[in-house]
Amino acid sequence: MERFSLDAAHLLAGGMVLVSFMMLYQNRILGLLNVFAAHAVVLSLSVAWQAYVQSAPHLFVTAAIALILKAIIIPVALHHMVLRLGVHRDIETVGGIGPTMLMGIGLVALSMVVMLPAAAEADPIAREDLALALSVILLGLLIMVTRQNAISQIVGFMSLENGLVLAATGARGMPLVVEISVAFSVLVAFIVIGVFLFRIRERFDTIDTQALDDFREGRE
Amino acid sequence: MPIVAALLSVAGLAGVAVVAPILTARRVAWATPVVYGASFVLAAVLLICGLLALLGGSAFQGTVHLPVGLPWIGAHFALDPLSAAFLVIVDFGAVVASFYAIGYGAHEEEPGRVLPFYPAFLAGMNLVVLSADAENRRAGYVYLLMASFGTLMLLLGFGLLAGPDGDYAFSAIRTAEHVPWLSGLVLVLMLLGAGSKAGLVPLHVWLPLAHPAAPSHVSALMSGVMTKVAVYGFIRVVFDLAGEPAWWWAVLVLILGAGSAVLGVLHAVLQRDLKRLLAYSTVENIGIVFIGLGLGLAFKTNGMAGAAALAVTASIFHAFNHSLFKSLLFFGAGNVLTGTGERDIEKLGGLVHRMPETAYLFLGGCLAISALPPLNGFVSEWLILQAILLSPDLPQWALRFLVPASGAMLALAAALAAACFVRAFGITFLSRPRSPAAETAHEVSRWQIRAMYALLAVCLIAGIFPGPFLDALSPVSQMLVAGAMPKQPILPHLSIIPISESRSSYSGFLVFFFIMMASWAAIRVIHNFASRAVRRAPPWDCGFPDASPVTQYTANSFAQPIRRVFGPIAFRAKISQTMPQPGDMAPARLTLSLRDLIWEFIYAPIEGAVLYAAERLNILQFLTIRSYLSLVFAALVLLLVLVATWA
Amino acid sequence: MGLILAILIQGIQMVLVLALAPGLIGFTRKVKARLLRRQGPSVVQPYRDLLRLVRKEAVLADNASWLFRNAPYLIFATTWVAAALVPTFAAGLHFSWAADLIAITALLGSARFFLALAGMDIGTAFGGIGSSREMLFATLAEPAMIMIVFTVALVAGSTQLSTVAEFMVDHSTLRVSLGLALIGLIIVALTENARVPVDNPATHLELTMVHEAMILEYSGRHLAVIELAAALKLLLYISLIACIFAPWGMARQDDGVLGMLVGVVTWVGKLAIGGFLMVLFETAIAKMRVFRVPEFVGGALMLGFLGTLLLFVSRSF
Repeated sequence: MERFSLDAAHLLAGGMVLVSFMMLYQNRILGLLNVFAAHAVVLSLSVAWQAYVQSAPHLFVTAAIALILKAIIIPVALHHMVLRLGVHRDIETVGGIGPTMLMGIGLVALSMVVMLPAAAEADPIAREDLALALSVILLGLLIMVTRQNAISQIVGFMSLENGLVLAATGARGMPLVVEISVAFSVLVAFIVIGVFLFRIRERFDTIDTQALDDFREGRE
Repeated sequence: MPIVAALLSVAGLAGVAVVAPILTARRVAWATPVVYGASFVLAAVLLICGLLALLGGSAFQGTVHLPVGLPWIGAHFALDPLSAAFLVIVDFGAVVASFYAIGYGAHEEEPGRVLPFYPAFLAGMNLVVLSADAENRRAGYVYLLMASFGTLMLLLGFGLLAGPDGDYAFSAIRTAEHVPWLSGLVLVLMLLGAGSKAGLVPLHVWLPLAHPAAPSHVSALMSGVMTKVAVYGFIRVVFDLAGEPAWWWAVLVLILGAGSAVLGVLHAVLQRDLKRLLAYSTVENIGIVFIGLGLGLAFKTNGMAGAAALAVTASIFHAFNHSLFKSLLFFGAGNVLTGTGERDIEKLGGLVHRMPETAYLFLGGCLAISALPPLNGFVSEWLILQAILLSPDLPQWALRFLVPASGAMLALAAALAAACFVRAFGITFLSRPRSPAAETAHEVSRWQIRAMYALLAVCLIAGIFPGPFLDALSPVSQMLVAGAMPKQPILPHLSIIPISESRSSYSGFLVFFFIMMASWAAIRVIHNFASRAVRRAPPWDCGFPDASPVTQYTANSFAQPIRRVFGPIAFRAKISQTMPQPGDMAPARLTLSLRDLIWEFIYAPIEGAVLYAAERLNILQFLTIRSYLSLVFAALVLLLVLVATWA
Repeated sequence: MGLILAILIQGIQMVLVLALAPGLIGFTRKVKARLLRRQGPSVVQPYRDLLRLVRKEAVLADNASWLFRNAPYLIFATTWVAAALVPTFAAGLHFSWAADLIAITALLGSARFFLALAGMDIGTAFGGIGSSREMLFATLAEPAMIMIVFTVALVAGSTQLSTVAEFMVDHSTLRVSLGLALIGLIIVALTENARVPVDNPATHLELTMVHEAMILEYSGRHLAVIELAAALKLLLYISLIACIFAPWGMARQDDGVLGMLVGVVTWVGKLAIGGFLMVLFETAIAKMRVFRVPEFVGGALMLGFLGTLLLFVSRSF
C-alpha cells in the first residue's frame, strides 16, 4: 500500500508534466485552454490524492478550489474572452514545436539534477514530487517565454502556479490559509489581466505583446 | 609464426608497389591483373594470419623485434588479439577489393595513377595495425597519408604517452605511470588525430570530398577499411595504453559519436552524388562505432567489466560489419559508374532491368546498412542498444543523461539511414531511366560481381550466425576491458545473448528461416489454390499515367520532407519563394539556403584567426638580423626551460 | 511433451493472428460506420475481399521489376513473423527468444523498407510521394518506438516480450514512465497503421495519402497479401499495447487448456476494446496536414525519451 500510494502520487505529478508538454505542443488558443483545464483537473486529483494519503482534510479544500476555479471558471471565462476578442483562429508561431519540446526535456532534466541529489535525505515522496513540480514550474515559464499572445502567457503563468501548488502539497503540513490566498491572488491577477487585455485591445487593436514593444519609447 | 608471415607479406606488398611503376611505365598490358592479383594473394595470406592469431589463441600471437627503423630503438611488431581482429577487418576488405579491382581496373584509363599506390596503401594500413611502437605507427601514417594535422596530433599524443624517457614501445608505455591530466590530453589529441582520419564530426569535412574522388575499389578501401585503421589507433591508445580512463572521456566520445551519427546521415540523405552519399554514411557509421566505444569507456571507468565487454565487442563488430557493407555499396556504385558513366542519381533510374545482379547485390548492402534484420548491421546496432539499457547503473549524472540521449540519436540515425538508402536504391535502380546513359546501361564484369557476392554472403552469415563472430572477439574485450561477453551458445538456440537469457536474446537464423518459410508458404498457397495469372499493362497512376520520366519523384523531391523537418535545426535551412502576380510573365522562384553550422562555428573562426595571425606575423619579414637571432635564441631558451621542468 | 505443447501454442498463435487480422479490420470498419450512423459492411467483408482479390489475375505495370513482384510476399512474411512473436493469449511463446521487442520493431522496419521500394518501382509520382512520406514518418516513429522499448525494458528488466508480460502481471504498478510510454506507443501505433489523424485508410484519391499511394499499382493477389499484412500490423500493435499495459488474463505456459481458452477470450476482448477506442478517437478528430505529422510523432519520441530519462534518473519513476 505504501508503495502504491507513492506510485500513484508520482503518476499524477508525472501527468501534470505530461499535460504541460501538451500545452507546449498546442498552438491554437482554444485548444490551449482545454489543455489548461486538463492541467487543473490533474492538479486537483493530485492534491486530493495527497490529502487522502496524508489524511489532511484541508487539502481536499485546496483540491476543490483547484477544480472549481482553475478547471472550470477560469477556462470558461477565458474562452469567452477569446471569442469576444476574436482571436480564436490565431496560431502561435514563435519558434518550432520541435526545439521547444527539446528545451522542455532539457528543463525536466535540469530540475531532476537540481532536486534529486540536493534532497537525497528527504523522504522519497517529497523528493521526486518536488522534482516533478519544479519541472512543471519551469515548463510554465517556458510557455510564457515562447508565446507572444497575452492569453497564452496568462495560461503559462497559471500552469506555473499549478506547479507551485503541487510543490506545496508534496511537502507536508502546508497551511490552508496560504493556499486560499494564493488562489485568490491568482483570481485577482486574472481579473486585472482580463481588464488589461481589453484595454490593450481597444488601444492597439491587437493583443500580441510584440506590438506593445513596438510602441515603447525610443523604438521607432 | 603468423607474425613473421604477415611481415613478409607486407614486405611483399611493398615489393609489388616498387615493381608496379616499372610495369606501368613500360605499358605492359597485364600490369593491372598482375598487381591486383599479387595484392589479392598477399592480402589473403595476411587475412589468414589474422584469423589464426584471433582464433588460435596465444600460440599464434607474438612479437617481433626488427633492427630496422631508428637505429637505437629498432622496431617492434606485435600480433595480439586487438591487432589480429583489425588485421582481419583490413585484409578481408583488401582481399575482396583486390579481386573486384581485377575487373574494375580494366577500365582504368591511366593505370599508372593507381597501380603503384594501391599495394603501398595496403602495406601501410597493415603496418599500422601490426606495429607495436608509436614511432613505427607514425612512420606508417606518414607513408600512408599526407594529412599532416592528424599525424601531428597522433605524434603529440604518443609523445605525451611515452613521457620524458622516450620509450615508444607499447609494452613500455603500458607499464608506465600516467598522470591523469596528461592522459586526458592524450585522449583529446587521439580524438583529434584518429577522429580526423575516421571522419568524426566536426573533423569530417574532408572525408566526403576525398573518398569519392578515388576509383571505386579504393573508395571502398578508404571508407570501409582505412577509417577502421583510425578506429584501431583510437582503441589501442585509449583502451590499451593510456591507463585508467576518467568518466569525462566517455562524455566526450559519446557526444562526438552521437553527433557524427546523426549529422552524417542527415548529410547523406540530401546528397545526389552516389559515392558522396556513401562517404557521408561512413561518417554516420563511424559515429555509431564511437558511441559503442564511449559506452565501453563509461562502463570501464566504473568497473562494470561485463557491460564494457558488450559495448566494446558490439563496437568492433559494427566496425567489421561496416567494412563489409560499405565495401559492397562502394563496389555497387563502381558498377553503376562502369555501366553508365554516371554518379549523379538524378540521372539514373531503372537500372534494375539493365543491371539485375548489381541491383540485387546493392539492395543487400542497403538492407544491411539500414540495420534491418536478418542482416548483420542490425546485430551490431542491437548489441549497442542492449549496452545502453545497462547504463542506468552508472553513478555519474552527466552520463545518465547523455547515454539515453545518445541512444535516441542512434535510433534516429538508424531510421534516417533507412530513409537514405530507400532513396539511394529507389532512385538509382528502380523507377524509369532519367537519362540516356541509364537507358543504355550494361552489366559489369564477372570479377566485380563475384567480389560483391562474397561480401553479401559474409554480411548474411554475420547476420544470421553472429555467435561465432562475437566469440571470436572475446579475447579482444578480455584484453581491453578485462571482461568478456558470455559464450554464445551454438546449439540449441543459435541465438545471441548479450547478458543473460532472461534479459534479451536474438536469433538471426530463426528470423531469417521464418521469413523465408512464411513467404515461401504464402507464394505456394496462393499460386496453387488461387491464381498465378499475370497480365502486363501500362501503369495505372490514378488514371493519369505520364510517359515522361521527368514526372517521377526525383532524389531531391524524395528528400524534401526530411529536409523540411530536420533542416531548420541541423542546417538552418531557409526556403524563400517569389510568386509573380497573376498576369506577370516572370518565372516563379524558389531558393533554398542550407548552412553548414560546423563550418560556420568551428572552421570559419579558425580560418579568421589564422588570417589574423598571418597578418600580424607579417611584420616578422621586416625585422633585422639581430631581431631574428634574438627570437631564435628566445625560442631555444624556452624549449630548454620546458625540458628542464618536464624532466 | 512440453516442447511439443510449446510449439503447438506457437503454431496456434501464428494461425490465430492470421485468421483474426481481417476480422479486426472488418470490426473497426463496422464500428466506424455505426458511429457515423451508417449501416456499414458486414464484419466478414474483408475476408470476402481478400478471397476475391487472390482469385483475380495480377495486373503488373509494363516496367515492373522482380522486386515489385516479390515485395508483397516479403512484406507479408516479415509482418507475420513479427506478429507471431508478440504474446497474445499466452506468455512464454516457444520462439519468443528468437526476437525481442527491438527486433520486432526492426522487422516491421524491414517490411516498410520493401513497401517503400515497391512504391518507387514503377516510377509514378504517386508512388514516390507515398514512399517519401512513409520514410519521413518512420524516421521519427522508429526512434520513438525504440525509446518506448527502452522505457518498458528498464521497468521490466528485459526486452523479451514474454518476460515483460509476466513481469507486468506480477508487479502491476502505476509508473509515470509507463504512462508516458503508453501515450507514445498509441501515437506510434496510429502513425504506423496509417490511421486518422496521420493518414486516412478509407480514401484513395487524396493528395495527403501515404500508405495507399505506395500500393496504388498493386492488384490481385499482390494487393491481397499487402492488405493482409496491413491488417496483421494493426493486430500486432493492439496486441502489443495489450501485452505490455494490460496483460491480465494472459495464460502462462503451464496453464491448462482452460487457461488458454480464457487467454484467447480475453485477448479477443482486448482486441475489440482496442479497435473500438481507436475508431472512437478517429471519428472525433480530423486528419492533419502532412507537415503537422512530424510534430505529432515527434511528440511520441519526446515522451519515450522523457520516460527513459526519468528511469535513468530514478528507478522509482
